[in-house]
Amino acid sequence: MSEKPEIPGLPDDLQRNVFLTTLDAIYNWGRVKSMWPMAFGLACCAIEFMAMMASRFDLSRFGMEIIRASPRQADLMFVSGTVTKKMVPNIVRLYNQMAEPKYVLAVGACATSGGPFKEGYNVVSGIDKFIPVDVYVPGCPPTPEAILYGVMRIHDAVMKQSVKSVPWYRRDQRNEAVPVPVLGPDLYNPKDREALKRMLREAGADLG
Amino acid sequence: MTDTMMQMTGLPFSDVVPGAVTEVTKNGIVVAADKLLPLAMHLRDREGYDYLSMVTSVDWPQYFEVVYYLYRVGAWHSAAAAASQEPLVLKVRLPDKARPELPSVCSIWPGADLQEREVYDMMGIRFTDHPNLRRILLWEGFQGWPLRKDFKEPYYEEDAKPFKSRHPDGKHAWAEDRVPWKDNVTYPVGWDPDLWTQPEVQYRKIMQVDGGGNGHSSEFKTERVLVNMGPQHPSTHGVFRMVIAVDGENVVGLEPEIGYLHRCHEKIGERNTYIMNIPFTDRLDYIASMSNNFGYVLAVEKLAGIQVPERAEYIRVIMAELTRIISHFIAVGFLFNDLGAYFTPALYGLRERELILDLFEAAAGSRMMCNYMRFGGVFADLPEGWVERAKDLVWNRLPRVMEDFEKLLAGNEIFETRCRGLGVLTAEEAIAYSMAGPMLRASGVPYDLRKARPYSIYDRFDFDICTRPEGDVWARFRVRMDEIYQSIRILKQALDGLPAGPIMPPGKKQYQLRVPAGEAYGAVEGPKGELGFYIVSDGKPNPYRYHVRAPTFINLTSLEKMCIGHKIADSVVILGAIDIVLGEVDR
Repeated sequence: MSEKPEIPGLPDDLQRNVFLTTLDAIYNWGRVKSMWPMAFGLACCAIEFMAMMASRFDLSRFGMEIIRASPRQADLMFVSGTVTKKMVPNIVRLYNQMAEPKYVLAVGACATSGGPFKEGYNVVSGIDKFIPVDVYVPGCPPTPEAILYGVMRIHDAVMKQSVKSVPWYRRDQRNEAVPVPVLGPDLYNPKDREALKRMLREAGADLG
Repeated sequence: MTDTMMQMTGLPFSDVVPGAVTEVTKNGIVVAADKLLPLAMHLRDREGYDYLSMVTSVDWPQYFEVVYYLYRVGAWHSAAAAASQEPLVLKVRLPDKARPELPSVCSIWPGADLQEREVYDMMGIRFTDHPNLRRILLWEGFQGWPLRKDFKEPYYEEDAKPFKSRHPDGKHAWAEDRVPWKDNVTYPVGWDPDLWTQPEVQYRKIMQVDGGGNGHSSEFKTERVLVNMGPQHPSTHGVFRMVIAVDGENVVGLEPEIGYLHRCHEKIGERNTYIMNIPFTDRLDYIASMSNNFGYVLAVEKLAGIQVPERAEYIRVIMAELTRIISHFIAVGFLFNDLGAYFTPALYGLRERELILDLFEAAAGSRMMCNYMRFGGVFADLPEGWVERAKDLVWNRLPRVMEDFEKLLAGNEIFETRCRGLGVLTAEEAIAYSMAGPMLRASGVPYDLRKARPYSIYDRFDFDICTRPEGDVWARFRVRMDEIYQSIRILKQALDGLPAGPIMPPGKKQYQLRVPAGEAYGAVEGPKGELGFYIVSDGKPNPYRYHVRAPTFINLTSLEKMCIGHKIADSVVILGAIDIVLGEVDR
């Protein structure tokens, strides 16, 4: 261990008890060590998520053992499993209910891109078409070690943020909710409304 | 009896229900749609076919065919019924493809309820007099009937894999680039999102809207309230949703809402070649992937007539029983979770699961999605030292763990008081609702496919069928615990008797399996019940129809029956005791 640098002007007996750091570092350190994931399992990957919570891999080593069932108390959402069209309005609603700062981890091939089920008529090709994703973990399902590694990457990203620039402390933040998709004859994302109407106009009866 | 009648009249049952059976085929008897109910009544009451195992449908070019699999379960161990344990297959052909319709058999076998809704959802076949016929896996308002052969999903490329269009000029073609919306969606012509309103589901049945609305008791007016639970909720059974009608705190009606994990397993399976489906079966019941592999390869082997070498049979049984132990550990652990013992009992189960998963990883290369079995055998031989590790686990570790489980969990007084008398199903009800696996056996019906219709080499092992007479949540817990002991017993015999030899039939490895035209139903006694695979082949490299008889999906049929009269908090426990896995419920 390296010798701690001496802080000028401090009495000798306090030298070993006072630490200097930046506000960002201590603030982000606190956030990283108390990040609460949301209890939200979709499919197979949720079982590996549980294995990661359990004794062998032990997520609580990182201060993350408190799983919250309510999105309002959670910081991190694991989208662990296949996102279906029937489920995606609920996922977007849950995401909207989470308070800032919030992070999303797409666990596994399905949440990333649709995975092996991509061609299915009820499967969404990746949750990132609807909500912003911070880290993707590949694998079908990823091993608990891989999910842990994804969590570490989230931690890295959090450590790089600065209180000065994070959006949730800005005065002009609008905190707009992500539009919730609608289950029509097929899944319909309200943000595509203009494009969809234009295409229907231009292409007419060719699309069906 | 059936045989003698056939000799007398040519067609079976023609003396009791004249004109019901129109044709006898190799794979079942064809029944006229208007005579289905009288014949079904006769079969249930006079012939002992009290158990409707599976309802599914096939889209043939000229007609729709609805297929019913019937068993004799109530008295299967009696001499008369044991002689014919082969299922009776009824087929109803519906030539009117524009408006397919036939009577519902819900009134005769209540277990048909959810399955007929699934057939309606997937193929658009209407069942008249069904109490609650609406979409089940997809949402109200979805365009099209997905399992019809003329349905093309948005990313549709070709009718069968491997797709030739996937790699034109050596470059990968993105599915998104081929569709107009650049996404996995398609809309009907002239659809206007601004005018669209989602059809609202009226829970008429459980709210008793037709029965006069809210009730009046003698003292004061009461009101039914709908409580929605899920798909996101802290109980640990995935994206399952229950709509519960409550009167005060008592459950008076319940409807399971499923489909939040409907991954189009059957449609994808019908495009895949036979061997490509094996990894997809892993993802059905993702806690018990080896069992799923087992059922699927059995069905295809039955159809293609493949012989499995001795060593491979033993390895399969060992894997299937290890899977059963994992599944029951998790079911027991999470039952406690649902009762409020937050996570500690589940951690016991998950701890043992890791040790078994290590064995799976050593043999198959993957922890959860093993993809281990192949037609004719298994994919790889056991590595060196595997058997010793497994023996150590089976002889030393697991019995000790079970002692802990008995002391800490089964002996827990609060747990016992809470579970006794909860969610009771009698033996007759369990059979009528087509319950399977531990659910059926906990109601006192000693029916286990491994004994009733032994598959693979299960007839060589010495083990007991675990039953309990109570039929409540406690009995279901107890049956699962007892089955772990029986699995350990089978494992001891199988590990001791594991012979040397090949693991695949002789000859070159075949990737493109030639399967003759025909149909087969292969079923295993999975950890959660009878897991069956119904495969119809037309001789092409991919199945014409591929259906999974998912035990937990059918077990959900009785959820309302079990919950009514109990407190709303108990419905979570009753659900936990069914041990559903959404990957299998929704497929």
